[in-house]
Amino acid sequence: MAIKFILPTTLVTLLLSQGAAFAQEAAVAEAALSPTLQRLLFLAAALVFLSIAFVMGRNRATAMRNTVAMMHSLPGFHGAVAVQWGALGAFAGVIAHAITGYPMGMLGAVIFAVALALMGVAYALTTIKPDFRARTFTERSVMAFLILCSLVAVLTTVGIVASLVFETAHFFQLYPASEFFFSTVWNPKFGGGSSLGIWPLIWGTLYVSAIALIVAVPIGLMSAVYLAEYASPRVRSWAKPAIEILAGIPTIVYGLFALITVGPLLRDYFAQPMGLGDSSSSVMTAGLVMGIMVIPFVSSLSDDIINAVPQSLRDGSLGLGATPSETVRKVVLPAALPGIVGAVLLAASRAIGETMIVVMGAGAAAKLSLNPFEAMTTVTVKIVSQLTGDTEFASPETLVAFALGLTLFTLTLGLNIVALVIVRKYREQYE
Amino acid sequence: MKDMNMETRVLIQPNKIEARNVQVYYGDNHAIKDVDVDILDKTVTAFIGPSGCGKSTFLRCLNRMNDTIASCRVEGLIKIEGEDINDPRVDPVQLRAKVGMVFQKPNPFPKSIYDNVAYGPKIHGLTKNKAELDEVVESCLRRAALWGEVKDRLSAPGTSLSGGQQQRLCIARAIATSPEVLLMDEPCSALDPIATAQVEELIDDLRSQFSVVIVTHSMQQAARVSQRTAFFHLGYVVEYGETSQIFTNPKDPRTESYITGRIG
Ligand SMILES: Nc1ncnc2c1ncn2[C@@H]1O[C@H](COP(=O)(O)OP(=O)(O)OP(=O)(O)O)[C@@H](O)[C@H]1O
Ligand SMILES: [Mg+2]
Repeated sequence: MAIKFILPTTLVTLLLSQGAAFAQEAAVAEAALSPTLQRLLFLAAALVFLSIAFVMGRNRATAMRNTVAMMHSLPGFHGAVAVQWGALGAFAGVIAHAITGYPMGMLGAVIFAVALALMGVAYALTTIKPDFRARTFTERSVMAFLILCSLVAVLTTVGIVASLVFETAHFFQLYPASEFFFSTVWNPKFGGGSSLGIWPLIWGTLYVSAIALIVAVPIGLMSAVYLAEYASPRVRSWAKPAIEILAGIPTIVYGLFALITVGPLLRDYFAQPMGLGDSSSSVMTAGLVMGIMVIPFVSSLSDDIINAVPQSLRDGSLGLGATPSETVRKVVLPAALPGIVGAVLLAASRAIGETMIVVMGAGAAAKLSLNPFEAMTTVTVKIVSQLTGDTEFASPETLVAFALGLTLFTLTLGLNIVALVIVRKYREQYE
Repeated sequence: MKDMNMETRVLIQPNKIEARNVQVYYGDNHAIKDVDVDILDKTVTAFIGPSGCGKSTFLRCLNRMNDTIASCRVEGLIKIEGEDINDPRVDPVQLRAKVGMVFQKPNPFPKSIYDNVAYGPKIHGLTKNKAELDEVVESCLRRAALWGEVKDRLSAPGTSLSGGQQQRLCIARAIATSPEVLLMDEPCSALDPIATAQVEELIDDLRSQFSVVIVTHSMQQAARVSQRTAFFHLGYVVEYGETSQIFTNPKDPRTESYITGRIG
């Protein structure tokens, strides 16, 4: 009973608290109480109101159940229906006011919402009949709410992509697309006459991310295999959180580490002796440090996935005389592969989107070079540097940020699709 | 007369496995108590007994599969051909190649049917080339009475088969490594009578080279395929002897009640 009741209530209070926030913002002047207190009061009132609605609905249905032979739904479901109508009424009231700009003021909005909520509950009480399918109704509402939630996520994505596309189109009106896509020089000048070729940035992004993944994937995967297959529970219980701490370190700290320790180290012991340059910011520096940062993304997820492979598969392999490492290689890892690809992908997106470590480790010079000890930069860094200081989105030098963002988005999307294809192909064989 | 012959033949077989005073604990749960059992070479031995009495547990001791369960502790002496299998010098990997196992729950690998059967021969390098491997896969699937059903879809995943087919696939996979002892934990629990008869035929066939230990809940099956039977009850081996004697003339009253269906 409690669960049936809690779900609609929580969602309603969530919605109401949002509504209350809107209302409150529009009517700060009228507020006699502090805003936080107002919201809390509103929330508490909504909770109490909906609880009462629930009890009323349930009691009415219980009373009816004693007089008729057969009710389709248990009384609790009728109570839940009352909650749903009440919440819907209140929500509609708040939203209507928010959209129309609070013609009746804050107090009026509240009164209006309460009136609608009361009407909702009153209507719900009239629906209580032996053959009213309150259970089905509740199930449908739950589904509708879930659809609404996923719709919010989908629509947000659509909105973001649409604005990117729109602004990018704007950018291409001011700057030739052919230059953007085919020029190999990135040299923005804020007086005009910039050349904004994307290749040096894409190259830097891919180069740094590739080095990061070359570091992170083997180390992460091996440590995941060790933790999941070989480590005793005691070792596992402290080693896993210890690795996960890596993910909690702020990237600026990694950046410092790259700038102060790794960069000079690589320069003094590798780049200079090998005659590959004498810059302490380099793709290698940023890649290595970023690789360390994303290790936990690979290892922690892979560890969970490897653990989820059923023990019976390991038993089957060991029972045929396979060694533990053969079992891992031939049975456990293949069975876990789709999940591992997902983990690597997450690490890759993290690497591609990383900014701070690149600024501090690889520098800000857009360059096309194969030498890993040379300073280069990435798309994200350039987005930041194009937007800092100048907030007027009118020149190609600022609007290019949107084109860069869209490029980045396409890049990660492409990565996702590739991974999906790999997983699907593999699934055909293994599931 | 034929039966008599079979029994005398059985009696002259040497011991393949000797288990003495075996105790198994899962944490504090004492699951196997003071078990002494000899498994003869080239003989089918059946383990019968009510659910939860420790048949699977004891079976898993024989190839040290209990090593994989952290809470499990095995005590006592188990020898295979005179060699203590729990000796630190014994390599469990080699032991398991020699003592194969079909598990109670079918556990095909998420690989193709072909690769499931070829798994053992590949890791042990039993075949020299692809043609030979093909041959082994086919003959094992035939012997496990599965060839007819899967010959056209060897590349389909093993997990796409029905429960009973998976069980036979696991049997084929186990015999493909040609073990000397085959431990079968309820290999026919999901099979129809025809497939059961085929698997029983296979077991009888295997007896000419291997010794087979089979756990079963079917009295008829134990009587049909085995020469020796051990009756497990609450972790003890209550009675162990010739199958014909156990079924016709049990010495222990508990055995008698079990095989006549009064406890279980
Ligand atoms: N992995 C395990 N962890 C803890 N206890 C276990 C484990 N496996 C078995 N046991 C316990 O050991 C006892 C014997 O179990 P076992 O699986 O050997 O029974 P069984 O005779 O094979 O039964 P069935 O005929 O139902 O398969 C049971 O009491 C069971 O609870
Ligand atoms: Mg069992």
